[in-house]
Amino acid sequence: MERTFIAKNPSILWFLLGLSVFTVLVTIFSEAAGSSVVSTSFLKILGKTLCLCLVAIAMDVVWGYCGILSLGHFAFFGIGGYAIGMWLMYDRTKDIVVGSLENNILPPTPDEITIAIGTQIFGVVGSSEFPLIWAFSHSLPLQLLAVVLVPGALALVFGWLAFRSRVTGVYLSILTQAMTLALSLYLFQNDTGLRGNNGLSGLQNIPGLEAVSQATLSLWFFWASAFALGAGYVFFAWMLAGKFGSVIRAIRDNETRVRFLGYHVETYKLFIFTTTAMIASIAGALYYPQAGIINPAEIAPIASIYLAVWVAIGGRGRLYGAVIGAVFVSLMSSWFTGGSAPDINLGFYLVKWTDWWLILLGLTFVGVTLFFPKGIGGLFDLISNYREKQQ
Amino acid sequence: MRSALFALILMVCGVPAVKAETLQPILQTYATEIAKPSRKTVGETIDTIAASGLPQVTAFLEQWSEKNIWQRTDGTFFVATAAGDSLSLTDMDTQIKTTAPKSDFKQLKPNGGVRRLIATALVQFQLLDPDLTRRKTAVASIARRPEAAQLIPLMASIDGEVDVVLKARKIQLANFLSARFATETQDRIAAINSLSADTSVEARAVLNQILTTTTGVAGTAPQGNIAAILDPMVAPDSSYGALVESKLAPPKQTVSDIKKVLEANIIEGRIAGFPLAQMDDPLMREAAYSALAAQDSVPTLITKELRDAALFSHVFYEIYAEPNAQITAAAEVARKSADNHVTTAQFADLTLDALSLASIFFLAAIGLAITFGVMGVINMAHGEFIMMGAYTGYVVQLFIPNYTVSIFVALPLAFAVTFLAGVVMERLVIRRLYHRPLETLLATFGVSIALQQLAKNVFGTQARPLTSPDWLAGAWIINDVIQISFIRIAIFILALLFLCLIIYILKKTRLGLEVRAVTQNPGMASSMGINPDRINMMTFGLGSGIAGIAGVAIGLYAKVTSEMGSDYIVQSFMTVVVGGVGNVWGTLAGAAMIGFGQKGIEWLNPSNTLAAQTYMILFVILFIQFRPKGIVALKGRAAGD
Amino acid sequence: MNTLLEVSGVSVSFDGFKAINNLSIQIGEAELRAVIGPNGAGKTTFMDIVTGKTKPDEGYVIWGEKSLSLLDMNESQIAQAGIGRKFQKPTVFEKQTVRENITMALKNPRSPLDLLFNRAAPDTEDRVRAVSDDIGLTDALDQLSGALSHGQKQWLEIGMLLAQDPRLLLVDEPAAGMSATEREQTTDILVRAAKKRAVVVVEHDMEFVRRLNCKVTVLHQGSVLAEGSLDHVTKNQDVIDVYLGR
Repeated sequence: MERTFIAKNPSILWFLLGLSVFTVLVTIFSEAAGSSVVSTSFLKILGKTLCLCLVAIAMDVVWGYCGILSLGHFAFFGIGGYAIGMWLMYDRTKDIVVGSLENNILPPTPDEITIAIGTQIFGVVGSSEFPLIWAFSHSLPLQLLAVVLVPGALALVFGWLAFRSRVTGVYLSILTQAMTLALSLYLFQNDTGLRGNNGLSGLQNIPGLEAVSQATLSLWFFWASAFALGAGYVFFAWMLAGKFGSVIRAIRDNETRVRFLGYHVETYKLFIFTTTAMIASIAGALYYPQAGIINPAEIAPIASIYLAVWVAIGGRGRLYGAVIGAVFVSLMSSWFTGGSAPDINLGFYLVKWTDWWLILLGLTFVGVTLFFPKGIGGLFDLISNYREKQQ
Repeated sequence: MRSALFALILMVCGVPAVKAETLQPILQTYATEIAKPSRKTVGETIDTIAASGLPQVTAFLEQWSEKNIWQRTDGTFFVATAAGDSLSLTDMDTQIKTTAPKSDFKQLKPNGGVRRLIATALVQFQLLDPDLTRRKTAVASIARRPEAAQLIPLMASIDGEVDVVLKARKIQLANFLSARFATETQDRIAAINSLSADTSVEARAVLNQILTTTTGVAGTAPQGNIAAILDPMVAPDSSYGALVESKLAPPKQTVSDIKKVLEANIIEGRIAGFPLAQMDDPLMREAAYSALAAQDSVPTLITKELRDAALFSHVFYEIYAEPNAQITAAAEVARKSADNHVTTAQFADLTLDALSLASIFFLAAIGLAITFGVMGVINMAHGEFIMMGAYTGYVVQLFIPNYTVSIFVALPLAFAVTFLAGVVMERLVIRRLYHRPLETLLATFGVSIALQQLAKNVFGTQARPLTSPDWLAGAWIINDVIQISFIRIAIFILALLFLCLIIYILKKTRLGLEVRAVTQNPGMASSMGINPDRINMMTFGLGSGIAGIAGVAIGLYAKVTSEMGSDYIVQSFMTVVVGGVGNVWGTLAGAAMIGFGQKGIEWLNPSNTLAAQTYMILFVILFIQFRPKGIVALKGRAAGD
Repeated sequence: MNTLLEVSGVSVSFDGFKAINNLSIQIGEAELRAVIGPNGAGKTTFMDIVTGKTKPDEGYVIWGEKSLSLLDMNESQIAQAGIGRKFQKPTVFEKQTVRENITMALKNPRSPLDLLFNRAAPDTEDRVRAVSDDIGLTDALDQLSGALSHGQKQWLEIGMLLAQDPRLLLVDEPAAGMSATEREQTTDILVRAAKKRAVVVVEHDMEFVRRLNCKVTVLHQGSVLAEGSLDHVTKNQDVIDVYLGR
């Protein structure tokens, strides 16, 4: 009898334990619980970081396990944000518009309401009409479905085209980057119906929950993010344990050989590419309500490359490595760029971290790629090797 | 066209030449008319004065028009300028200068209408003036404001014109004028026909002026040169608006009109008996309004049926300002043909644009293609090398103010700087990651982030200018439609030079031989004593160096910023991928395809470069389906699959 | 003897170089066949064509009693139809254990969903052991296969082929880089395997081929030069010319 995948992979239990303890601690010290240790804005950063961890795990699966260096997974993340953002924006604007129209002498007609909402939302791009993509924006369930299905369908079509013609390696990376660029350029246009470079905003206000304070809302989102991360972690761990995982890793190491074993490599790649795209999108759908705003710049190719940087620094080919990378780099990044890091006075030159952080990150990244290909996660190997030797 | 012109010239050659020595007596004959000219009658006077054929006439008319003619109390006219209380006078015929107190004189102040008539009369003299500049001014003033009266003097001046360029211009202008103003219909038609191949803005303006139409609406179609009968149902609401404007129908109530009326007629929570709560239905609102209308308190509601009935009972038409249908028909044909010519010219212009875009892509991508082909390495920092080249150009201009010299210093210097940077990067980073292409991609990306931020720290975030020398400013203008800036031509030539240079290096030099050997079979090459490390280093340096040159070229027409590299990097990748790896011709084909493709899409969907880029990328993704290895693909074992 | 694989009139060229020129070979069921030939004779390309890696310019490749054309199938379909291939260089998945390597190769449904949801086939362990016993790697089942010796990797790869339970096994230079004892074991494994299925061995080493004791096909410049027992072909004047480098 085969052992269960959790027994095979004890890191899952450690991870879940750590995540639960962290969640409980943050909850106790949050503003919603009456403490002031964790401010609401910091709570939001933590919640967002958890979402970034989730997308990093997805990236790790597609790259670290399956060997597809996708430079498009942050685009899927963004699509998730847009999909949920459309509902948030529509529904909230509708509430506001209906509220303001109530003061009118005549009760408003449906047309008047639609036009008023349209003007509110699309006024910034000089329009008041609802584009076709907003057709389902009135319905939360349909937009939630879109969070999963739209990136899923995009990944499926793109992946099918790319894998079918045996585009691999750097070629594939470049192609995914092109896809990302095309998507962000598309969103940047005013006439494509997603408010051009204004993006969607006011997403932190949840329709129907106006009475709930931001402190409490943030906590709820933090919980949801933690749950999603835990569930995502277990899902991927389950998926990658056993023979399926073997085949995926085998594809990474020698695609041709797997093909001669009789596996249809393209189907597997497509499966991984699409699944991770959908998880990335879910992460995005949880992230952007906490961020409050999404615009096309978020989806720019550079973001997807940063995602790869996190995973590389954290350690590829192990799920917790991706989590470590995302937490470490994104928190470091907000520490350095937020101005909290002390400047270094060299006497002849003042090193301001807001200016120098990216240089440090870039060079660190080169160093990690050159000298620590296993990333931070590799340290755990050193520790466990040391222990084995001690025994 | 020629014969038409010739006929016109013959026609106007019969201007009578009256003999007289001095101008003053003639002026005295018409003294009253000159002193107090009226716009209606002065024309004859001016014509008579002009017909005298005296050389003084031009000066007189000019001074008159500029209010410099003063009349002495005895009636004699002088050219004069006021200086304090006195006037310095010039005799019209003898040119003798005297001074006299101002009080004895009266200034002539012809009004605007008169001055225009004078100017028109003056044109015939100015057109024949011995001074070329004045003739040019006269021609230009006709071009600016063509009038019927100018046609004859212009025609008359053509034969005597000595300046070839001006003569051609006069003929062209005479043609434009006769198209609009010639008296004989067949002359106009001949002139109009001659415009059918002219793509200039002026010629098309002439045709458009002839074809000026006004839209109107009436119960029955009016007499006249009708251009078209319009279908009101194409845009029924605006057609109805036209009816309302012509006072042929009562205004149609808008949704907000109805709303206002309803709001004003609420009586005890009801409107004409309808409860207020029902007013969220547009149909109920109309019903309530109609009920109000039935009580005669508001105008009848113009429903869709009423609107359509009104529309159908009227004729909407477009009528030409030109009454002669033969002429408008000819002009329509000519305009259509001119439009076709313009389309062809636009296509040529687009081709030039695409060519220059392709050369930019080629310059930006060729370095990348070389390193990718030889080493299988994608250099994500390639864009930053382009930026580095551009900043090198900027720094050189800080030290060498002469733009021509600085460009010629900057090009080799940019090559040297980026060559060095490339070699350093190859030794420090890429060599250690050999055979791990994905890792190389990421590591070079790290370098790219660092370089970009470094540039930001050193040069700031605002764009820096890289000024091109004067001889590169301006554009080569072929006609009103086709023009291309000299910088783009220079970039095209630069790209061509590099194409030749690279092909020369690859085909004719030892280095090229070794590079090709390493590209095709690295193992075999190294066993034959070729040092692949050295080749890789040189190749990488070369590729980076070309990026530096491309940077200077791009910097000349775009702004130099720390982010300029990332604007070109994806396009460069596309170029390499589409073209096929490891082949200069492939890159050329790729650049041509991306450049032409992008411009082509821009043409289909103008004013939206973002969309063009989006669709181009989608196209590339699809293209890869059919030629996964690019346009020029290596086959067999060398392809390394 | 029934024909299992029929290659006839196949040609393929790379950039003008004819790697295979009008090649025709028939392999019967449960036959052991050695294919020999000098470098560039087209041995590897022949395998590439049969396994679907390279598409020929002309000719046809027919498979099994249903006479399927292999040219219309992709690599994984051909593999699932029952053709296994061992590469020249041992290609096992070095970062995975021997057990994982063999499990992956076992003849089972191969779609992603099958792998995800039908994980615990009860007889897996027994089948893995049967294979590992056959290739003598039972003790190393939980080792990373990257840690195996060169010979062991070759065996593991042959074992993976056996686990696929193919009807035709294409083996490219199995004895390259092996010690004398390892060679002997390899011969045994192949001969044993050929009892139940067809095995085609491409080999340089005449001694190894002699030990296989089977029908031999000599390839030269992309077509068949001679066919028959080893003694028969080594007496063939053409073969002698080719091998002595005339």
